[in-house]
Amino acid sequence: MLQLSPAPHISSPKSTKKIMYGVIGALIPALVGSVFFFGWRALFLVVLSVLTAVATEWLFQLITHREITCSDGSAIITGILVAFNIPVNSPWWIAVVGSFFAIFVVKQLFGGLGYNIFNPALAGRAFLVASWPSLMTGKWSSPVHGFISGLDGMTQATPLTILNMSPSLELIQALNSQTMLKALFVGNVGGCLGETSCLLLLIGALFLFIKRYADWRISLSYIGSVFILSGIFYLVGVTPVNPVFHILSGGVILGGLFMATDMVTSPVTTKGVWIFGIGGGIFCVLIRIWGGYPEGVSYSILIMNMLTPLLDRLQPRIFGR
Amino acid sequence: MKLLSFKGGTHPLERKELSSDAHIKRVEPPEIVYLPLSQHTGAPSKVIIEKKDEVTVGMKIAEGDGKISVPLHSSVAGVFMGVVDYPHPLGEKKPAMKIKVDHEKTGEWEGKERDPESLSPEEIIKIVRESGIVGMGGAAFPTHFKLQPPPDKPIADLIINGAECEPFLTSDYRLMMERTEDILKGVDIIRRVLNPERIWISIESNKMDAVEKMKEAASTYPWAKITVHATKYPQGSEKQLVQSITGLEVPDGGLPFDVGAYVQNVGTAVAIYEAVRYSKPLYERIVTVTGSVREPSNFLVPIGTPFEYLIEQTSGVIGELKKIINGGPMMGIAQVTGEVPVIKGTTGILIQNEEEIIPGQTSACIRCASCIDICPLNLMSTELYKFISMDNFDRAEELGLLSCIECGTCSYVCPSNIPLTQYFKYGKAMIAKRRK
Ligand code: SF4
Ligand code: SF4
Repeated sequence: MLQLSPAPHISSPKSTKKIMYGVIGALIPALVGSVFFFGWRALFLVVLSVLTAVATEWLFQLITHREITCSDGSAIITGILVAFNIPVNSPWWIAVVGSFFAIFVVKQLFGGLGYNIFNPALAGRAFLVASWPSLMTGKWSSPVHGFISGLDGMTQATPLTILNMSPSLELIQALNSQTMLKALFVGNVGGCLGETSCLLLLIGALFLFIKRYADWRISLSYIGSVFILSGIFYLVGVTPVNPVFHILSGGVILGGLFMATDMVTSPVTTKGVWIFGIGGGIFCVLIRIWGGYPEGVSYSILIMNMLTPLLDRLQPRIFGR
Repeated sequence: MKLLSFKGGTHPLERKELSSDAHIKRVEPPEIVYLPLSQHTGAPSKVIIEKKDEVTVGMKIAEGDGKISVPLHSSVAGVFMGVVDYPHPLGEKKPAMKIKVDHEKTGEWEGKERDPESLSPEEIIKIVRESGIVGMGGAAFPTHFKLQPPPDKPIADLIINGAECEPFLTSDYRLMMERTEDILKGVDIIRRVLNPERIWISIESNKMDAVEKMKEAASTYPWAKITVHATKYPQGSEKQLVQSITGLEVPDGGLPFDVGAYVQNVGTAVAIYEAVRYSKPLYERIVTVTGSVREPSNFLVPIGTPFEYLIEQTSGVIGELKKIINGGPMMGIAQVTGEVPVIKGTTGILIQNEEEIIPGQTSACIRCASCIDICPLNLMSTELYKFISMDNFDRAEELGLLSCIECGTCSYVCPSNIPLTQYFKYGKAMIAKRRK
C-alpha cells in the first residue's frame, strides 16, 4: 500500500522529545553541583519530585482517558525544577506537594503540555511559598562544604534573605565582597537546591542556546535588565548591594536561564520575546526592593507568563504588507 | 563571495548527490502513454482528433480553451485510443488521451528551423502558445499569458530561476550543465519580448559548477548576470527570489510584475528556445527519478509516460516501495498509484521506502516558535494553525493565511510534526468555498 500523507515528505531531525530531554540534560550539571554542595538529600528530593510529577501526569491522563504522554520528558523537567526551587532541608512532602500541584493544577487542568499559561514549576513554587512560607524561606541550610567567613553567624539564611533583615554595614560589605560574589557564582552558598551554582547552570544553558532549545534573547534580556535596573538602584543608593550580587543571588540565573525560557509559557514573536525578558527583569527588581519577599524571580516570571497571550498579538509585519 | 538570500527558510538535507552526476538520458516510450487534458493552470485543452486517428510526434491533438490554456501535442507516434478517466498526479482521476505507441515511427524531433531574430514579440508569443508551453518549474502556468504583463507594469528585472531549491531534484541542474547555451538562447528570446532593464540567472551555491558553466557561456551574452544564492529552502519561490535579487517585496496578493520583476524557470527558457528555433512543441521534459531507487536518474521523458515505467528504468526500488511523490519532498504530492503519467509540470519523481517515510505521529504544539522564525512570509504559523483547528477562519485570514505560499517549511521544522501546511491548504480552501 502506498502511503498518502501530505507534503512535506521529510522532516527536520528536531523533535519535541529531543528538546525535552535536551533540557533535562542541561539541568544535570546543576543537579550534580547541588549534590556536591548539599549532599545526597538533594538527589533524594529531585528523584522524589520527578517521580511525583510523572506519576501525577500518568494518573491524570489515565483517569481522563487522554493519550498518555508522561514519558515525553516535560513532566521530568517540571519535577526537577520544582525540586530546584525548594531548600534542601525542607521536608520530603514539600517536594511531593509542589510537584503534584505543578502537574495537576497548573499543567493538566489547563489542558496539558502546550496549553498551560504558567510555568508549572514556578507556579508550584509560588504555591508552596504562599502555603508554607516559613518552610520555604525561613530555614536554609548552608552547604556541606563550609560557608563564607564573616557570615558565620548567619548560616541559617541565604545571602538574599540577609538583605531583607536590615543587615549591618559589615554584613553588606561581606555581601559585596569578591569572595561572596565568587562563591555565588561557583555555588558555595546557601539557597534553594538548584540555585546554588550559577556556573553550572550557565554551562547547561549554553548547551540549550547552541542547540536552540532555549531562546538566549529571553535569558539575556531578563538577566540583563535585572543587572541594569539593580545597578541604577545601587548607584542612587536604593539597594545596598551591587548589581553583580543581584543577578548571582537567588533564582535570577536559574529563572532567567531555565524557567523564563520555557517555550510553552513565553511569547512566540521577536518583539514579544524582548518585552517578556525586559519586563520580567524589571518586575524582579521591583519585587526584591519593595515587595514583601526577598526573592522576586518567581513572581516576575509568572506575571510575564500571564502577559504572554497579549504579547503574542504583536504580530510581525507580513511579507509584502 | 556574498551570497544573495532572503529572510526565513531552512536547510533540509539536500540529497542531490544521488542523481546530480547522472547525465540526461532519453527513455524509450512505454507501450501506452496517457496525456491528461489538464496539465496546466487554467481551462483543460479540447480534443481535436478522432478515436483511431494516427498521431505523430509533436502533432497537435488538443486545442487550448480560452486565454489561460494551451494546446496539447502527442509525445509519441501511434494511434489515439480515445479519452479515458485516468489517475492524475495532482490528485483524482481526470480525462486523459490514451495513445498506443508505435515505436517504429517514434523518432526525434524534426521541424522547420526559424531565426528568432526575424520574429516580432507578438509572433513569439503566438508560437509559445501554439507550442503548448507552460512553466516547467512545477506551477505549469501558461507561459504565453505570463509573457504579456499589463502594459502599465514594465519589467525591470527578468529573473531566470535556476535555484532548484527542492531537495533531491536535479533536473534543472542537469539542464544547466548540459544545455547551458540553449538556456541563454531561450532567455534571449524572452528578453526580446519583455525588454527588461536587467537580466539575472539565479543559481544556488550548492551548484557552483553550474554557476561556472553559466558564467562561461554568458560571456557571449553581455546582458546576462549570474547571481549566486544561499542554499536555503525556499530560495526558488518567486517572491523569495525577487526579494533576494531586488530587495523588493512583492505586495501581498500581488505578482512579481507589481515590483517590476518577472521570473521564469530555466527549463521553460529551453522549451521556448526549442519552440521558436525548431518549431518543437512541448511534448517531452526532463524528470529526475530519485530517492530509494537503485539508479537515480535524470530522464528525458515523453509526456504521458506512467511513473511506474520510469521507476522500472532506474533498475527498481531499494526496499519496500512506500511512497511515490510527484515533485520534490517539500511540496510534492504523494500518489495513490504508480500509473499516473508525467505531465508538463513534473519536475521529478521521488521514491521513498519504509526507512525514508516519516512517521505520522504528531504531538502537542510546544510553542517553540520555530515555525514562525522560518516562515519566509513572516506568518505566525502556530497561531494560524490554532485558529484553523478551531474553525475560526476569519481570524486566520486576518493573520495572513491567504499569503501562505504552502512551501512546507513550517511543517518541516515543527518538532511536534504537526502538518501545519496541510492545515493552511485546508483553511484556504474553506475560505475560498465560503466566498463562493
Ligand atoms: S507553508 Fe505557509 S506558513 Fe508555512 S512556512 Fe511556508 S509560507 Fe509560511
Ligand atoms: S514549530 Fe510546531 S511546536 Fe513549534 S510553535 Fe510551531 S507548531 Fe508549535
